[in-house]
Amino acid sequence: MRHLLGIRGLGREEALGILDEAPRFRDVAEQPVPRVPILVGRTVTLLFLEPSTRTQASFQLAARRLSAETLSFSPKSSSLQKGETFLDTARTLTALAPDILVVRSPEAGAPAALARELSDASIVNAGDGAAEHPTQALLDAFTIRERRGALDRLRIAIIGDLLHSRVFRSGARLLSMLGAEVRCSGPPTLMPPGLERLGATPFLRVEDALDGADAVMVLRIQHERMHASFIPSEREYFEEFALTERRLARTNGAIVLHPGPLNRGVEISSEVADGSASVILEQVRNGVAVRMAVLAEIARGRFPRKTRG
Amino acid sequence: MAEAPVWIRGARIVDPVAGRDEVTDLRLAAGRVAAVGPDVGEPGDAQVEADGLVAAPGFLDMHVHLREPGQEYKETVATGAAAAVAGGFTAVACMPNTDPVNDRPSITAHILQLARAAGLARVFPIAATTRGMRGERISEFGALKRAGAVAVSDDGLPVADPAVMRKALDYARLFDLPVIEHCETLELTGEGVMREGGLATEIGLPGIPAASEYIAVERNIALAELTGSRLHIAHLSTRQSAAAVRRAKAAGLRVTAEVTPHHLVLTETAVGDCDPAAKMKPPLAANADRTALVEAIRDGTVEAIATDHAPHHEDEKRLAFQSAPFGIVGLETAVPLVLDRLVRPGAISLRRAVELLAVGPRGILGVPGGSLTPGSPADLVLLDLDAAVTVRPAAFRSQGRNTPFGGWELRGGVASTWVGGRRVFTR
Repeated sequence: MRHLLGIRGLGREEALGILDEAPRFRDVAEQPVPRVPILVGRTVTLLFLEPSTRTQASFQLAARRLSAETLSFSPKSSSLQKGETFLDTARTLTALAPDILVVRSPEAGAPAALARELSDASIVNAGDGAAEHPTQALLDAFTIRERRGALDRLRIAIIGDLLHSRVFRSGARLLSMLGAEVRCSGPPTLMPPGLERLGATPFLRVEDALDGADAVMVLRIQHERMHASFIPSEREYFEEFALTERRLARTNGAIVLHPGPLNRGVEISSEVADGSASVILEQVRNGVAVRMAVLAEIARGRFPRKTRG
Repeated sequence: MAEAPVWIRGARIVDPVAGRDEVTDLRLAAGRVAAVGPDVGEPGDAQVEADGLVAAPGFLDMHVHLREPGQEYKETVATGAAAAVAGGFTAVACMPNTDPVNDRPSITAHILQLARAAGLARVFPIAATTRGMRGERISEFGALKRAGAVAVSDDGLPVADPAVMRKALDYARLFDLPVIEHCETLELTGEGVMREGGLATEIGLPGIPAASEYIAVERNIALAELTGSRLHIAHLSTRQSAAAVRRAKAAGLRVTAEVTPHHLVLTETAVGDCDPAAKMKPPLAANADRTALVEAIRDGTVEAIATDHAPHHEDEKRLAFQSAPFGIVGLETAVPLVLDRLVRPGAISLRRAVELLAVGPRGILGVPGGSLTPGSPADLVLLDLDAAVTVRPAAFRSQGRNTPFGGWELRGGVASTWVGGRRVFTR
């Protein structure tokens, strides 16, 4: 694997390979010195054009546990503030260290554009606009599979802001590719046409999407959507669309996932978020392992020897 | 300086206005068509062998952006005019979204002066409908027309306030100027960058619903009915809009429309992997829209093909899809696309193509030409319907290289272009 730009373009076998490797990397965290020498002498550069504490931290930890050096750039510290194009910034960074560039961008397609323009670096998409967030999808699939077994026998509900969600797009693509039945619902203003093309079956009512689900992925609702009048208020959102105990009771004893950060009392009740069905903190732990597996998979293809010639 | 008379021999002359489609000769003298018919040449004429070529009245692209004054790094009047004649267009009408905006006679006159200095295509400025294209106060249509403006438009900033649009339409009647409107409901467009629908959902790019255009089309048609004035709808892109224009025409309203070659040839799938070369307004639509537009150019609902030539600097289009500017260049690809993708498969006849490129636009703008009858301006294009054309953006005369057609192999192109009896382009 040269790049990880999205679930679109990722083969089923490649995806399963990453999921199968992840436990090995989770074990690394338990070692006295939690490091393996897979990326010794390599640099993983994190270019985050959008604030993200947790994904950035997760990638950073993953890279360090693989013995890579890490470089972090985010808008406040980068020259993007000075009018440099993101392409030039990326060029500069890969001139410093051409190994692996992890990119988070508010723009769909930005990682693919970098992959076209930068010949030396491997690009890992850490979220681009509303398009893709492939490592989140992989860690969600990993978490669900570990808890509930083979994905091809599962029914998974994804609820919330489907329109703006890259977590939804990558998740629905991956889970349906791996054989799960994916159902989705949310406020009608946030359900765009053609959701079937992502492998998901849309339901007008959240309750119907939840019926018999083995896992529920709750999406984060952003405050700015309120101002744009997609939904009338947080209170109404909670009443109509949030995952509450009452709604969770409709599922087949589902586990509950959330990509974080949580808006308690908006898209999810605290009882559910902190309850026994919640695997939210497990997702965080698994995230590091899955990202290690992704970086290791890229290293396997690109850096067959441990030192440069 | 007067050009020597020219005797063009053996071309197939396709002149819809004269009802002519025959192989014969053509004589150009003193900037005009002097004679049409067998052996009309005279001793001393410069002879041009045109066996196997089609001679058509020069094309007029009524929707281009020449970027001058103000954005010369994207295009100038001279490079735009060079691109025009290389594409078979002997004339263009240029939009007022320059910097400063063409909302006053001095700017109109300046553009005309630049065009004369370039000495290639004829340039017809379109003035702003409202001052500064701000949609508030209408501009000085009288003075602008005297300075040379042939129409008014606020281009990509559609007149949002219907009362202002009504005043513009009413006032334009006195000067017989068409009001050209880019029909878009910006509130519905929002942050959209491609056509709303399954593909946008799948890719994860913000969508522009078809209703963004259609609502504005219907509103403006209603105002054309209210005022009885001439409304021209720019770059029609949806089946709903095409149907609305068809109904307006059936009701006897003075509503005309244009379609771009890219909306006739491409669909939204050209966006592919977020390729900024396929980002334009209105966005590419579904195949059902494309076929409805082809039907609209065939049945006369639409009278013009116009490119919306929108050159941008390479650096601007190298951004990611969402931040790249809207628009593609069109002057140097339009004719091969029309010949190869519409005429060759029989979607429209060659005669209809000439009507759409040469006759219709001149009728809308009220400018001379569009025929090769004796006495007409000697503005013409010789076409080679069998020429193998590979689209090479690096070889464009335009400064803009932003096209989704790079590398396309097409059959049919421009052999030479003549303005005022002078050859201004040879392939």
